[in-house]
Amino acid sequence: MDQALVIAAHGSHLNAESSTPTYDHADTIRATGAFAEVRESFWKEEPSFREVLRTVDAEEVYLVPLFISEGYFTEQVIPREFRLDDWDPELWDSDGTSATTATLTAGDTGQTVHYCGPVGTHDTMSDVIVQRAQSVTGDSDVGEGFGLAVVGHGTERNENSAKAIQYHADRIRDRDRFDEVQSLFMDEEPEVDDVTEHFESDDIVVVPLFIADGFHTQEDIPEDMGLTDDYRTGYDVPTTVDGHDIWYAGAVGTEPLMADVVLERAADAGADVSAAIEQVREETGGVRPATGD
Amino acid sequence: MDGEYVDALVDTAPDGIDFDDLHVDRDPDGYAFRTPAATHTGIDEETLREVAADSPYVRNWYFWHAVAPQKDDHWAFLRWLEGADERGVTERYDALSDGVAATWGQLHLRVELTGGERRYHVRHVADADTDSEDLAKHDEPLDARDLAKHDDDGQYRPLKTAPSLRTGWAFPDLTAAELVATVDAFYPATIANWHREREGDLDVSHWRDTVSRQTGIYGVVDTWDRGDGHEHVDWVAEACCDDSQCLKRREWQYDDETDLDVDGGSGTFPCREPCSLVIAAARKWTKLEGEATRTYEFELTPSEKEQLEAVIDAVADGEADDIREADIYEGANRYRVRYLRAKLFDEDGNLAGVETDD
Ligand code: SF4
Repeated sequence: MDQALVIAAHGSHLNAESSTPTYDHADTIRATGAFAEVRESFWKEEPSFREVLRTVDAEEVYLVPLFISEGYFTEQVIPREFRLDDWDPELWDSDGTSATTATLTAGDTGQTVHYCGPVGTHDTMSDVIVQRAQSVTGDSDVGEGFGLAVVGHGTERNENSAKAIQYHADRIRDRDRFDEVQSLFMDEEPEVDDVTEHFESDDIVVVPLFIADGFHTQEDIPEDMGLTDDYRTGYDVPTTVDGHDIWYAGAVGTEPLMADVVLERAADAGADVSAAIEQVREETGGVRPATGD
Repeated sequence: MDGEYVDALVDTAPDGIDFDDLHVDRDPDGYAFRTPAATHTGIDEETLREVAADSPYVRNWYFWHAVAPQKDDHWAFLRWLEGADERGVTERYDALSDGVAATWGQLHLRVELTGGERRYHVRHVADADTDSEDLAKHDEPLDARDLAKHDDDGQYRPLKTAPSLRTGWAFPDLTAAELVATVDAFYPATIANWHREREGDLDVSHWRDTVSRQTGIYGVVDTWDRGDGHEHVDWVAEACCDDSQCLKRREWQYDDETDLDVDGGSGTFPCREPCSLVIAAARKWTKLEGEATRTYEFELTPSEKEQLEAVIDAVADGEADDIREADIYEGANRYRVRYLRAKLFDEDGNLAGVETDD
């Protein structure tokens, strides 16, 4: 039976680029041919969460949220708007970063929907953060002599949002690749404003755990860290701040390897995509850490 | 000359074929082949192949079963496009060899027979008569996602069905499946909802259902509805859903029993529930409309009052940018408005020096 992939992302009424990573990752996956159909859908754009399933022919759908954390969107908004009537957050049995998958029926179309946890809390997201550090430094061995800051929103609207940041920071720290790894936040301690105070290393790679570039990643964070007084004038990579070289990576979600995480989510839910995963890793430079984890 | 369509016909004939005036059967006497143009009974396979090879009825049957996408709504949409319900096969094939066009929102769609095969073409309605050489050519349906992102002035289009689709491009040679994918990328889900409506099962979610479903920062919109009145929702629909703002035909009403007082528009495809833009705007209005009115006193000349009205009209109708620099006869002309500001605003930007909080 044909299987379809539907990616659910936030989108924006104001920022034309918000949807770009979603389109890019969908295109990468589409090119593998692993799914009969690959569709993007958005909370703020079209096709909407409410209507995307009726544009999909397949009876079996893998639904992967392109969101960073588990919480309001993944537990309330997406299941409600997709009309996954029997949804209950308990079905994921998650501690906030360990969502799995739940198989449900869409109320309006009758399709079988394998509702997966968000990309942001999947283990392979740690690989994407490291890959992002490699991309921004242009060094595939980056680590020694470098600190890595993983940056998130903080808990303002969702307690799990900080958990996801910490989860990946811990995992990457355990690999002993970077001299130091820290999670930093925009609206709580430890704050990204004081990035240089949290690192001894001369070089610091800063990777915001956001899906798309926008106001936060392009304006707030660069200004808060002192890379520039005015985001419109831009900044160098790296920029020297308080004697540290800051390598600011921009949203991790724009890294091509993100397509792999989407596929991993679908694979965990039972989709037959192992060849596609190999292909995407090859194309996007993603190599699993030799130690495995 | 035999084609795939002849082989397919021979293979399918034992099951019987009855489609668009083509009837084919096999019985102990041989094959029976009937169309409005010819009747053959008791023929052998070779003869069947001969009559089938030249028959538009056979190619038509083959297209609709082996070439066209089989998803119900896509199939119905392609049939609608070539007027399959109104025209028999011969008449349709005659028309198709010259090309048959239809409009979908701001898309000009065209299907034409080339070498006996249907090929599809999409461009902006405003470019219907533009020389193809002057249009940028695309052959990848998903290019439509990028084309739909910005209008001709480079402004982002958050609403795909806003009547501001950019011009200057063409998809000159698409298959049936590619046509549907292209239309769906320009106007997502419009084919699916149009089809549901034709089948009598469009699932409309009215204003009340939709706002009471909202949570998080949009939960507040539910509180905007008080008592029986729905005037505020009329204003929302007039502001956002009018044909001048959105090409979907609004089918949602206040609730199951209460229609809005404004017209839903004349779009080809329906809108089945308030969209995210309307909900986001309604959130703002819910807050603004929580304010009580006050009495302010301003002194205006009659022409100044009319000028304020003209400024509001020009902005609301999106015409402010079209008023010429020196057209001081227009109230919304920039010099006229700057003069009014210079005369009536104090240094804090208060109209006629009257403070908002007075
Ligand atoms: S709610 Fe109004 S503006 Fe939004 S899509 Fe429907 S008709 Fe268009």
